[in-house]
Amino acid sequence: MTVKEALYTYVVRIADDSLILGQRLAEWCGHGPILEEDIALTNISLDLIGQATNLFQYAVTLEDNGRTEDQLAFLRVDREYSNLLLVEQPNKDFGYTIARQFYFDAFRKLFFEALTNSEDTQLAAIAEKSLKETKYHLKHSSEWIIRLGDGTEESHQRIQEAVNFHWRFTHELFFQNEVDKTLIELGIGLDLATLFDDWKNYVSNVLQQATLELPSHSFKLEGGRTGMHSEHLGYLLAEMQYMQRAFPNLTW
Amino acid sequence: MSSKEWPLWEVFIRSKQGLSHKHVGSLRAADATMAIDNARDVYTRRSEGISIWVVESKMVSASDPKDSDAFFEPSEDKIYRHPTFYDVPDGISHM
Repeated sequence: MTVKEALYTYVVRIADDSLILGQRLAEWCGHGPILEEDIALTNISLDLIGQATNLFQYAVTLEDNGRTEDQLAFLRVDREYSNLLLVEQPNKDFGYTIARQFYFDAFRKLFFEALTNSEDTQLAAIAEKSLKETKYHLKHSSEWIIRLGDGTEESHQRIQEAVNFHWRFTHELFFQNEVDKTLIELGIGLDLATLFDDWKNYVSNVLQQATLELPSHSFKLEGGRTGMHSEHLGYLLAEMQYMQRAFPNLTW
Repeated sequence: MSSKEWPLWEVFIRSKQGLSHKHVGSLRAADATMAIDNARDVYTRRSEGISIWVVESKMVSASDPKDSDAFFEPSEDKIYRHPTFYDVPDGISHM
């Protein structure tokens, strides 16, 4: 694969993560447990969709075949999306949503921090802007993990379950293949393995403060990065893509 | 008061050009950290400010509306308390 193809795939991966997680959080609009959390979650959703916009705009300039960023974002079929399995998991309840967010934010903060040093200036610029938002997302999810964990008996039990459930998807955060190898050599991409220790330490730390146990099971699911998604993505895309498919080329 | 409700917090925001924090509203949150985070989400979405103060509502002492007459009306007819009888020299813009 050419460098341009590798970079394109890399950019779309990051964009897809933001897009799909943004879509999931948007499902909370009007359904938040309290007004302030309804706004917090939808703010985070908007931040993520904004990141996706910047990344998809960059991706179509790399692709350079006339496809627009909206077409790229909304008109692929499920096997063409490269988002993590983690971000397509259903919201289920506030605890599940926070647990999913927590693992992702902890990774994203380290990832964007490192990516600001990318040799690709556009990618570095997007990373720098996104990092500010991500720091706040991480604070938000971390504070909630602590309060739910070190809360009532019910909240403790439920957040422990949520944290346990999503553990199996965290392995894929560090997934790499020849795309990454190509870009690492050029200083454009980064070796995700170097982020693992910091990620694990941060996560352990917060869970400990929350009086929660770090999950220990070794289930390691992956496939999202290569288009092999869970049963959930299809339904998510059906909702997400409805407007674009029902009213092609619609403008807002 | 129901014990199941989170405490109420008053929110004050200082804007970028401002010198003082202005009261913008209130919200319920479990503790001060969450109150500040929630205030950031609810009250600074449109770049309204660069600094947030939150104070638990029960810590705010307020004047009694029943005392309004005694508290505030006497000052209405004491114009000698206002600094309006000085000639301000030209060139002084903020007085």
